Amino acid sequence: MYQKIKITSFYNLRSIILFIFFIAGLITTLLTAVSFGAKDISFQNVWTAIFSYDSSLTEQQIIYELRLPRVIGAAIVGAAFAVAGALMQGVTRNPLADAGILGINAGAMFIVTLCFAFFPSISYSILMVFSFIGAALSTLLIFMIGASVPGGLTPMRLTVSGAVIAALLHSLSAGIAIYYDLSQDLAFWYAGGVSGIKWEHLKVLVPVILITISWAISMGRSISLISIGEETALNLGIKVNQIKLLSIVAAVILAGVSVSAVGSIGFVGLVIPHIARRLVGSDYRLIIPMSALLGAILLTLADLGARTVNPPRELAIGIIVAAVGVPFFLHTARKVGRDL
Amino acid sequence: MKFDLRSTRTFKTALVLVLINFIVILISFNTGSLRIAPTEVILTLFGFGDDKTSLVLFEYRLPRIIITILAGIGLGVSGALLQGVSRNPLADPGILGLHAGASFGLIMFVTYFHSLNDNAALLIPLFTFSGGLLTAIIIILLTYDRYKGILPIRLILVGIAISACFNAVTLFLSLRLDEDTYTFASRWLVGNVWGREWIHVIALLPWIVTLTPLGWLQSRKLDALSFGDNTAVGLGVSVLRSRLSILAVAVALSSASVAMVGGIGFIGLVAPHLARRLVGPRHQNFLPVAGLLGMVILVLSDTIGRSIFQPNAIPAGIVVAAIGGPYFLYLLTKTK
Repeated sequence: MYQKIKITSFYNLRSIILFIFFIAGLITTLLTAVSFGAKDISFQNVWTAIFSYDSSLTEQQIIYELRLPRVIGAAIVGAAFAVAGALMQGVTRNPLADAGILGINAGAMFIVTLCFAFFPSISYSILMVFSFIGAALSTLLIFMIGASVPGGLTPMRLTVSGAVIAALLHSLSAGIAIYYDLSQDLAFWYAGGVSGIKWEHLKVLVPVILITISWAISMGRSISLISIGEETALNLGIKVNQIKLLSIVAAVILAGVSVSAVGSIGFVGLVIPHIARRLVGSDYRLIIPMSALLGAILLTLADLGARTVNPPRELAIGIIVAAVGVPFFLHTARKVGRDL
Repeated sequence: MKFDLRSTRTFKTALVLVLINFIVILISFNTGSLRIAPTEVILTLFGFGDDKTSLVLFEYRLPRIIITILAGIGLGVSGALLQGVSRNPLADPGILGLHAGASFGLIMFVTYFHSLNDNAALLIPLFTFSGGLLTAIIIILLTYDRYKGILPIRLILVGIAISACFNAVTLFLSLRLDEDTYTFASRWLVGNVWGREWIHVIALLPWIVTLTPLGWLQSRKLDALSFGDNTAVGLGVSVLRSRLSILAVAVALSSASVAMVGGIGFIGLVAPHLARRLVGPRHQNFLPVAGLLGMVILVLSDTIGRSIFQPNAIPAGIVVAAIGGPYFLYLLTKTK
């Protein structure tokens, strides 16, 4: 996968067209997602609700209070998970890296469960900080284990240790949830739900995620050189360790913050960067924004699917994402298995 | 039978483990909302106790302890078999996704049958076994390589993916359950010894009693497989066939145990590993020791979970994970 490096100029025509295409795609998806649901609402109403909101009309109220935050939430969180995956895959040079698989989400979930148990009345922005700390701690643990392994952190080993840490933290979270009788409050959250997102969450979520993604894009050039090979990057004057650390920090912020809002949604970060890489080549200045776009589209569509397959009941969004992600993981794992 | 150094050592180790087990079981009898002194326990077991203690012991504690013992043996042996088959010291029914499949089977059962009492309990091992078997078949199909047969490394990666998939479905189905069944299912999923009646013992006993010796009889083949596929073929073992049959035994053992004690991970990983350290890598010796160790770990964890965290009991699976998880990570940094 990493041998097929194409030298693409940053602003070639093809990627510009692709970006315009997918931005248009994202806008269409967002509008569709807002107008369809348990109650279908015409595009015209959607338009007026967004640009001249009138709180006396029920349809506009549904859009403004329920659908809009939910759809924007799904899109922004999808972008965050996808970029987190792209960053992890880039700097660890591991095609199987993903915040869900590596146990980063599980760390965030564990701390959030602790917060639910001991400080139930905590405000959302503080919860977000705690969730980030949890994600950071489990990441630290994984990389510390990796550093102490003779022979380094192979994709296989990273994946297995991530899976074990995830299993361990999940079962500890479940223990706390059972002990404090929280399991039902947390269950929907475990399943990964964007249904609970409100405007007040978005006020914190959107700026944090957008700033982190732009920060990641600004590191894009160095990340692409590292993904080619660390020695090459070192020879070209890149501060490899510093960039690796900063990228992982960015990935942890993105994953931790997203988990605090929607719970653990795996596989987005695994699938999307691979598709983005196929589309725009190996330059992370393009891969990161493309991943963000594709991740936003995927999660918005998955949420739309979860809402509309069997209305008014909702399917867990995690299932739809897993249905796409698991076959892809298997496909990638087959390739990795062949190389080992 | 050759009576070499290894087998005397195995014998001694097994004896020590049985002793430890005996002590742990006595402690386990003693703990609970009604405390019964060890001497009284022994007296009652031999038929000299008063009515109240014998009621508590025979109707409540004894079946539960027997289930814990059986399931511990099943999980330990199943882990040992899986590690032998996959030639991978990190294999474990939980990590390979067999538990996820078994959980799926159980959730199907509670979704469609609703009842957990009476004779329906006898069907639960069948459901979890079907779930486990389904997962095993999917995993084997996806791991199978036309030229190299079943690739042990790929087995684990595929297992992780498949268990993520089954977990998602299980979670989805469990969200639709009513409150009581959901509470049961959520405790079950993390590994809770819930079987506590004689009917549950009857449901589990035949599986463990028949399958454990069956696994043990394969120890020669397992020894041969551990030298590598080529050597095994040279020793006259049909690799694919014995691998599949041993895998089937392991799946059945773990699924049946999981049916009564829930998705307890890490025992199948830790017990065989400790056993190998104690008595060496010959399966003839270390399979029984792995079973005994599994039993000690599970009975101990269940007792800890029930007694330390009063009044809310913590499921045994969480205690096992809290001990086994770090041990696994330690192993990961040591194995090449």
